[in-house]
Amino acid sequence: MTHLSTDVLVVGAGGAGMYAAIAAAREGSSVLLLDKNLIGRGGATIMAQMTVAAAIGHEEPDDWVLHLEDTLEAGRGICNEPLSAMVCQRGPERILEMDRWGTRWAREDGHIKQVGAPGHRRKRCCYVDFLSTGPAVAGTLRRQVSGMANVRRLSNIAVIEICVAAGHVRGAVALDLSTGSLLTIAARTVILAAGGLTKIFRRNSASANMGGEAYWLALEAGAELVDMEFVQFFPIAHLAPRLVGMDPIMWDPFRYKLGGKLLNGNFQEFIHRYGGQDEGRYTAARDLASYAILKEVEAGRGSPHGGVYLDFRHVPDDSLREAFGPVIDRLLKNGIDLTRVPIEVAPTAHYHMGGIAVNDRMETRVAGLFAAGEAVGGANGANRLSGNAITEALVFGERAGFFAAKAAMDTDVDWSPAYVQRARAEFSELRQHKEKGLGPAALQNSIQDLMWENAGPFRSGKNLERALPALHGFHDQLQDLAIAHGDIFNLDLQDWYELKAMLRSSEAVVMGALNRAESRGAHQRLDFPQTIAEFERNQLLSLEDGTMTSRWTSVVRSGMPST
Amino acid sequence: MSAPDSTRVMHLRVWRGSTRVEGFYQTYEVPFEEGMSVLDALRWIRARRDSSLAIRYSCINANACRTCMALVDGVVEYTCTARLNESCTTVEPLPTRPVIRDLVTDTAPADEKQR
Repeated sequence: MTHLSTDVLVVGAGGAGMYAAIAAAREGSSVLLLDKNLIGRGGATIMAQMTVAAAIGHEEPDDWVLHLEDTLEAGRGICNEPLSAMVCQRGPERILEMDRWGTRWAREDGHIKQVGAPGHRRKRCCYVDFLSTGPAVAGTLRRQVSGMANVRRLSNIAVIEICVAAGHVRGAVALDLSTGSLLTIAARTVILAAGGLTKIFRRNSASANMGGEAYWLALEAGAELVDMEFVQFFPIAHLAPRLVGMDPIMWDPFRYKLGGKLLNGNFQEFIHRYGGQDEGRYTAARDLASYAILKEVEAGRGSPHGGVYLDFRHVPDDSLREAFGPVIDRLLKNGIDLTRVPIEVAPTAHYHMGGIAVNDRMETRVAGLFAAGEAVGGANGANRLSGNAITEALVFGERAGFFAAKAAMDTDVDWSPAYVQRARAEFSELRQHKEKGLGPAALQNSIQDLMWENAGPFRSGKNLERALPALHGFHDQLQDLAIAHGDIFNLDLQDWYELKAMLRSSEAVVMGALNRAESRGAHQRLDFPQTIAEFERNQLLSLEDGTMTSRWTSVVRSGMPST
Repeated sequence: MSAPDSTRVMHLRVWRGSTRVEGFYQTYEVPFEEGMSVLDALRWIRARRDSSLAIRYSCINANACRTCMALVDGVVEYTCTARLNESCTTVEPLPTRPVIRDLVTDTAPADEKQR
């Protein structure tokens, strides 16, 4: 079994992970940066086709405090305010740094162009172009991290356990997909930057990586998760006709620029009936729009594929071309002519507000275990503003890298083969599984269906209570799943661990949602439609003797940062 | 992946193996959905027919990660944007990269590998 050693181990190489590696290396740490996929190509950052919010004030006067107020308002009273403040205050520095590092932010009259987005009272959203913002950010970070001598990068390595002894992180065990064998890593500190969990839902805009691995690893290591019931459903993701080669959430910029009518199956506008003002512009907040669309579908007024129509037929062809030239051609290749037919859109799982509970040094309650990026819970409360995700990836990445490097200096390496005994025994058992029959990839699909139907955008006590035993039933099947034989790039092995992560994360979402007997932001309970003041609190989940346990805690207030 | 249209079946002829000399072609039948991509079909095969098939992808649909390249009917394509061919689609590993297994080739930079 190969064994590696490092000061700081970073799990996941999307925007947050790559930045964390850069920041830790800047402090003089040796860093090992691992990704289940290829470095800088997996995860959510590269998929972000949209915008990045930061109060750099290039477009119009702005202040990070205003950005913070907007973020807290969207979060419906339950943001971890110091974390939100960290994102808003440090965001501008990161965006300007990315500019110096070669991210080609769109410019106008010599300044970085910033556009508006729902919930932001100032024009503060930077972008590269309508398809390339995420890839440009990921590419910039990949170049930066490649140039750092003390960062070692390894692709196709999936971390399956964080090793903890005497209350402190000691390292990790990972599956090396290219050899089908385990790899052990001694580390002084570990940063979990493996993203969110949207893959647990049938309709999602996630990459293949987002199965909740960060949450699973954190829970099993003894850390707490916060507000796991808050999944952001992006209201107008593409549903039909089938569209390939484009991010399903691409329709937002179209609506900003050109307007676009949201119509139900009877071709009637409906957002206003749910308290929103839409009228062809894009002003309704994400949670309200999702709610309205699903209510229409539920009432039998949906489009043929179970969503609603997004109609651009009133927009002249030359305006479409002027605004989105190359995109219009890509759409035509998919057989979609916006001047002739309305497309169908529906809510899809897009981002996770909940996540790993950390303090203002990005450290969990397990000493030496840090988190960064979407994996972190709390900064966005019950609903995230458009544009805050990449900002958070960069800011949390920087903070986690910095503090993990500092902590590594005060920590001795302590490694014992005993730390991997459990993982090793489990792995040898896994290699004995039968070869034919129901496999982990198929069971993942069943979890996605179960979660969509019972813990998706609409929830009720009855459905959530039904989901829990079903998840436990899936868990009991883990030992009987078929695993293909062979070592090299055996995806069944990776799928099996991912399935474990999906089950744990699903359980956390369901339990969190069941306990929160109210509706707030992205968490909508049909049986408790009101927001209830006594629930203006955060819910913490942890594993106690293997059982998921919940407790409530007061919201961390006082957004003013300690600089 | 939603319920397939059972009236139409597409064929995929997929290269399997760990070395160029010992490879073989395996043919799969896949229920067709309107607009289905080659990657959709490969993922369907892994979930429903043969999970031992090795493929590489991440973003699934967005053509953003650029990791799903293969030879589709003799042309280098992203499998997430390549459409299925009406008769039979042949999918092979990239010709210019070392084969790891099946459709997965070694595309990681040299310094990102465990050696």
